[in-house]
Amino acid sequence: MSHSTKKDEILHDHNHDGIDRRGFLKCMAWAGTGALCVIHGGVLKSYSLSHLDTIGEREAKGDLSFVQISDSHLGFNKPANPDVAATFKAAVDKINALPVPPEFMLHTGDISHLSKAEEFDAVEQILKSAKPKDIFYVPGEHDVLNDECAQFRQRFAKGSQGAGWQSFEKKGVHFIGLVNVMNLKAGGMGSLGAEQLEWLEKDVKHLPKSTPIVVFAHIPLWSVYPEWGWGTEDSAQALGYLKKFGSVTVLNGHIHQTMQKVEGNIMFHTAASTAFPQPKPGAAPAPGPMKVPDNQLRGLLGVTDVKHVQGQQALAVVDSSLT
Amino acid sequence: MKRVWRIAGVVAALVIGSALAVGLQIPLAKTPGGVHAGGGAAVSAAEVKIDNFTFAPAMLTVAVGTQVTWINRDDIPHTVVSEDQAIKSKALDTDDKFTFTFTKAGTYTYFCSLHPKMKGKVVVE
Repeated sequence: MSHSTKKDEILHDHNHDGIDRRGFLKCMAWAGTGALCVIHGGVLKSYSLSHLDTIGEREAKGDLSFVQISDSHLGFNKPANPDVAATFKAAVDKINALPVPPEFMLHTGDISHLSKAEEFDAVEQILKSAKPKDIFYVPGEHDVLNDECAQFRQRFAKGSQGAGWQSFEKKGVHFIGLVNVMNLKAGGMGSLGAEQLEWLEKDVKHLPKSTPIVVFAHIPLWSVYPEWGWGTEDSAQALGYLKKFGSVTVLNGHIHQTMQKVEGNIMFHTAASTAFPQPKPGAAPAPGPMKVPDNQLRGLLGVTDVKHVQGQQALAVVDSSLT
Repeated sequence: MKRVWRIAGVVAALVIGSALAVGLQIPLAKTPGGVHAGGGAAVSAAEVKIDNFTFAPAMLTVAVGTQVTWINRDDIPHTVVSEDQAIKSKALDTDDKFTFTFTKAGTYTYFCSLHPKMKGKVVVE
């Protein structure tokens, strides 16, 4: 299908690097309401979710479709959202209502608020109603309180390495779950650690350059806002191992808002929380839960739907709010 | 008890403030806000509040033997951990407290192991 240029479609590549910077700005501006960004053959196209009818069937369906959820914080009960179970259920309903059922889900951490058994139980109970049965998790700092990650690994990451890192293949796409919430150093940010980095290097060493890579981890692997610790100390080394690949997508949570950035071959994306929003970087004295009017809350929570079309350069990432 | 400690914290802060202002070292064990532990020995107390992802005061000076209590006033859990792990709280939920008694003089730096940008210091004299 060929795309005619519509009002909300962007098709520029001034630097011949496959990235339209103005396009990304526009894409980011839509993040609150939902946007679809697709890179085909090195050229970015982005669409408002209100114009999904302009996207061809092949792009909309893709060969592989999965969903990212994040920061469910089951157990949180403060004014920013006194019922995080209800909004988490709403996220699952949203996923179940997708026109093409996703093959699996990723949860990018802060599953629970306080690593309590009953909080993890509640998450598992709610996820039983999700259509995708295959769910892959990485821990957030809230999931590893007081027990060095033992409960998280036992429940959500059996067979993983170290503190829960893992990789797997889905239809030719190589997925890598990384853990960057353990052994954090005073004054620092997220941390992967030498052992995990060594594992990562070996994990991708023998993959062909054409393999699409999806990395998922809790804390952003790019420096969103170091002043609030929104970044990962040793992410540059990890991303260095991924430089040879044509398409790398990095999915994170932690900052409770959607944000995107492209750097070379890597597209970074953070997902909204299903529990409560957090302020934009530097927009408040601290990154704590943000109380918004009740009728605005669900518009700031959400899920991310990701599609991969075989033979295409990159993945399409769609954010949708719970409204 | 909570009230007594709060008063103690305020008194301690005032005393430290005046000590800094005049350049004197005043042993806090002699302040009237001290509480008595079993055995009859006077134990002074001080408080550090965790609010908006900061330890306040970020630097606290106390006398040897002082019980320092951290209280989390945020909606998000925090911890109090020294770099050598000698001080290590569990995760403190909203309004949870953690108390540590400093029995040796020295400078103790600590941070929140969940939000490591949060740092604090206790100077024990």
